[in-house]
Amino acid sequence: MRTAHLIRALAADSDARKISPGRALALALIPGVVISLCLLLAFLGLRPHLIALLGEPRLLFKLCLTASLVALSGPLVLRLVKPGAAVRSRVLLLAIVPAFLAAACLVELVVVSPTLWGQELIGSNAVFCLKTIPKLAAAPLIGTLPALRQGAPEKPGLAGAAAGLFAGAIGAALYATHCPDNSPLFVAACIVWP
Amino acid sequence: MGGKSEENHWATLLRAANAGDTEAYRQLLLELTPVLRAFARRGLERAGLSGADAEDIVQETLLAIHLKKQTFDSKAQAGPWIRAIARHKIIDALRRRGRRLNIPIDDFADLLASPESEPDMLIGGVDGHLESLAPGQRKVLRAIAVDGASIGEAAARLSMTKGAVRVALHRGLAALAAKFNAEEP
Repeated sequence: MRTAHLIRALAADSDARKISPGRALALALIPGVVISLCLLLAFLGLRPHLIALLGEPRLLFKLCLTASLVALSGPLVLRLVKPGAAVRSRVLLLAIVPAFLAAACLVELVVVSPTLWGQELIGSNAVFCLKTIPKLAAAPLIGTLPALRQGAPEKPGLAGAAAGLFAGAIGAALYATHCPDNSPLFVAACIVWP
Repeated sequence: MGGKSEENHWATLLRAANAGDTEAYRQLLLELTPVLRAFARRGLERAGLSGADAEDIVQETLLAIHLKKQTFDSKAQAGPWIRAIARHKIIDALRRRGRRLNIPIDDFADLLASPESEPDMLIGGVDGHLESLAPGQRKVLRAIAVDGASIGEAAARLSMTKGAVRVALHRGLAALAAKFNAEEP
């Protein structure tokens, strides 16, 4: 088949429009996040007095940290599935999150007496946290991966890893509204360990 | 050719194509083809292969652009998007020929059109894979591509509904792209 013929066929197929990766991701996330939210409310429940506790700087920090991880990794995933899109600036932006966490840990170490460090680090339910975050991340991940098939990743491994980070961040953000451990040390241990 | 204004023009055509403008899309593919041909020739020659085999890489790249055009960000520039896809397909093609080459990205910094026209005789390329498609898809593809039938004419000729022709065409093109990917090295 001549190339001119192929072009004829491609142009004839052009009304088979597909949705952009961004829209596909948004549509896939709605059910994913709703399912995770239902799981959270049904089996865990929000932390009692969550709204009243919002003034607590450590709780606020934890919620903001996980939310910013979601907000920064989402656009990164989208860039990774668009050929030729600049990725480097997004990755550097993402580095803000661990930097903030490290800074918060330093503050915590200064403020809290060393005898309490171990307790703060482990928290009261670290194992539960490690088991729960992946469960809350599963539904968003299941939604995200097929949506990314609309895209064309140049580095599929990297795009998959970013999708995992994104879904994990959603799980962590949801779980943060339940978890009673607020210390940045605990958050660091929980996020870095897995 | 290949300057900023050219790339802006392609971006306009790509946006129009993604909004459903068939004529803009056809125009875009026609304008990109000589550029992709120059790309493919350069890639093959760098690898010490004959640039004469460039046409099946051109066709494979056109198919990739077709199946992934929704990944073009309407706010983005067209150049990096086109270069990334073309470079990827050349590397794929070289790998299948047993060449592992690291093509420096600078090689594709400019999108210059090839002065060479399309070769008359084509061996391999899409034709090689056409035969292995499902019969329905093959007939629809032949009618529309080779005979130049419209969707409606192909539907009447093959006693199919227009919807079925559209589906067969789209699946046939996607299958062709997949055949390229599945080729043994």
